[in-house]
Amino acid sequence: MRLTFPHMGPVHIGITTIFRDLGVDIVAPPPITRRTVALGVKHSPEMACFPLKISVGNYLEARELGVDTIGMLGGVGPCRLGYYADVEREILDGLGAGMEMVVLDPPQGKPGRLLRAISRLTGGKPLRQVWRSIQFGWSKIVEIDRLDQEVPRARVFEAQPGVTRAVRAQAYRLIEEASSVVEAKRAGDLAVEALRSISLGHGAKSPQGRPLTVGLVGEIYMLLEPAANMDLEERLGRLGVITRRALTVSDWVRLHLFPGPWKSKDGAVVHAAARPYLNHFVGGEGVESVGQTVLYQRMGLDGVIHVGPLTCMPEIVAASVLPQVARDLDFPVMTLFLDEHSGEAGIQTRLEAFVDLLRRRRQRQREQGTGRFGATSARQQLAAGLGVHGDA
Amino acid sequence: MREVYLGLDVGSVTTKVAVLEGQSRQVMTASYLKTGGQPIRAIQEGLALAVKAVGTGVRVLGCGATGSGRRLAAAVAGADVVKNEITAHAVASQAHVPEVQTILEIGGQDSKIIILRQGVVTDFAMNSVCAAGTGSFLDRQAARLGVPIEDFGDLALRSKNPVRIAGRCAVFAESDMIHKQQIGHAVEDIVHGLCQALVRNYLNNVGKGKDIRPPVLFQGGVAANRGIVRAFEEALGCPVTVPDHHEVMGAIGAAMLAAEDAAGRTAGAAATGAAVTGATGTAGATATAGATATAAATATAGQRHTTCQVLRPSAFRGFGVAEATYKASGFECHGCANYCEIVRIYMDGQEVACWGSKCGKWDLETRAGRKAAVVVSAADSGAAEGAEDEGTKVVSAEP
Repeated sequence: MRLTFPHMGPVHIGITTIFRDLGVDIVAPPPITRRTVALGVKHSPEMACFPLKISVGNYLEARELGVDTIGMLGGVGPCRLGYYADVEREILDGLGAGMEMVVLDPPQGKPGRLLRAISRLTGGKPLRQVWRSIQFGWSKIVEIDRLDQEVPRARVFEAQPGVTRAVRAQAYRLIEEASSVVEAKRAGDLAVEALRSISLGHGAKSPQGRPLTVGLVGEIYMLLEPAANMDLEERLGRLGVITRRALTVSDWVRLHLFPGPWKSKDGAVVHAAARPYLNHFVGGEGVESVGQTVLYQRMGLDGVIHVGPLTCMPEIVAASVLPQVARDLDFPVMTLFLDEHSGEAGIQTRLEAFVDLLRRRRQRQREQGTGRFGATSARQQLAAGLGVHGDA
Repeated sequence: MREVYLGLDVGSVTTKVAVLEGQSRQVMTASYLKTGGQPIRAIQEGLALAVKAVGTGVRVLGCGATGSGRRLAAAVAGADVVKNEITAHAVASQAHVPEVQTILEIGGQDSKIIILRQGVVTDFAMNSVCAAGTGSFLDRQAARLGVPIEDFGDLALRSKNPVRIAGRCAVFAESDMIHKQQIGHAVEDIVHGLCQALVRNYLNNVGKGKDIRPPVLFQGGVAANRGIVRAFEEALGCPVTVPDHHEVMGAIGAAMLAAEDAAGRTAGAAATGAAVTGATGTAGATATAGATATAAATATAGQRHTTCQVLRPSAFRGFGVAEATYKASGFECHGCANYCEIVRIYMDGQEVACWGSKCGKWDLETRAGRKAAVVVSAADSGAAEGAEDEGTKVVSAEP
């Protein structure tokens, strides 16, 4: 058996670590390129969302590396991801690919099926050993998410163009090759330190004054996979904007896969923030997109970009709610639905125009002394208010 | 010698060139040509037309580029400001009607709406996939009716009794229109119905959820069509203003942004001796622009927007660009699995632009930066930078 799985941002580093540690022959699909997308688009239903198309491309390219088994997540709820494993199996069978699809479905009270799938993928290794390997893989994901948090700032302030990207690539490699939790942690520490020192630079992109900060919300695959979102974060970085991503792999796992008491509490906060606008589970990250937008406004970010794959139902619901949020909070929000047809020039123009909008908006706030970081901030107003009282 | 600002708007269908008078910022000349899939040639032709109109005795203080081909325009002609169309249109409209709150823009292949409040863009939208709300839809239907597109608007104005035509989709609109023709409606009523259909489509697609408030400005090539203007006024219930140079507003905006930039470049220059060094050090300064630098010593101080304060000359390469030979070549980079298609543009044999790589390593600035880094840290192993370069292999031959 040779195993593979679909790509999504940096998750392959964690997954390959887990299975290699268990002695399973696993290969990550080749990096997503135009060829991957072309293959996926050719063999997928036209109205399916972009993540499915890319995944199909991943499998077909992995097949060229001798892969015969695929591990894929199942799911429940309104998002179509839940049945994608089955759709993908049909597609591959139709092509006569001769690949087996092993689906990891959420247990929903009946753990039997999930345990059988795990046993199938790991070659019947004892659960205790599987758990140890999962912890090892998890440590790498945590390190990657930790260093990725430092990247947006470094990207904007790097003195030498491209150095952040190079350092990150090298750090990914180091973490991927780490043979123990301690080694992974050390690589993460090194990367964080290097990126922080890059952030002290002053290059061509460095803005005068405090840089703009834009929150990225939306569907998880489109947020995490640069090949799918047209390298959104890098593009914004080149415009001198620091990005804040609403979701990371570890966030998602903490939110959805951790059992009861270990589950992340952030979910409840986000849902509470979304409640005035969207008080119903709509699948995927629909509610999170709305809730995070509200939270980002409260944190004083300059704006939010909402991304989703074209035809994504949960994000369509979010996109129809967000204009109301933007109006109520006087907070700029731009929605981008992307798929393989998205033109680069169109995206770039929208991003540049949005960034211009944010810049001019902040400039006006400063001139008028309104807004969070205007000439008279809330704190100054408070101080002034106290001063008046003191005089009286 | 008259001082001017230049604006280039290189769109997918048309290329627009505007020349503004330096002091008054009034339009001296503007040209509008088909891009025809050859943007470089369109830019050259546009510049040739401009120089014919204003004469060679002008000094270009600044040049701005906008439109989907703005990067190319900046590389070919040399631009101080490279800005997106939204900002360029907003700037030009505000100069025309300072209190403008809504800008409707319909071109041949795309359309956009820009919402401004207190002089700041607060929201915008561009259509991405639908042709039914653009000029090419009208073009096609005019051809079908046998009405020249120039007469289309006036014909619509004669209509007393418009027929309702489905506007959601160009395909439905066409079959609906044929039906209305076949049951004997007058051509002018059908034409007016089409104008209303386009406006409905625009407001439902591009203008969806936008807070449209007067004053409303309408620009782009389709604004020449008085039938559409009437349909917009009916639908919005407020007057719609069409500026004189509605079809070249993007180029005008780009020129105005260049003027803004030039004002920034001049600030404080008089105080520093570095000014002249900066001016002479800038690459690509042509005879026209170079004159700016030499004039720096002679001109009197205290005048705004005069050459005496220019910190560095405009990046504009001069009107000679119209005669230069441009050559483009490309190759596929095999440095990683992305296989990016790299494009290099040569002006008279000299490389003026290189782009297309996802990682940006072929960009001229990155290459210059890397060269500098190599010189500085020759002894250093340069771990990160070197690691990225190792896998790079240029496959097709470079010229």
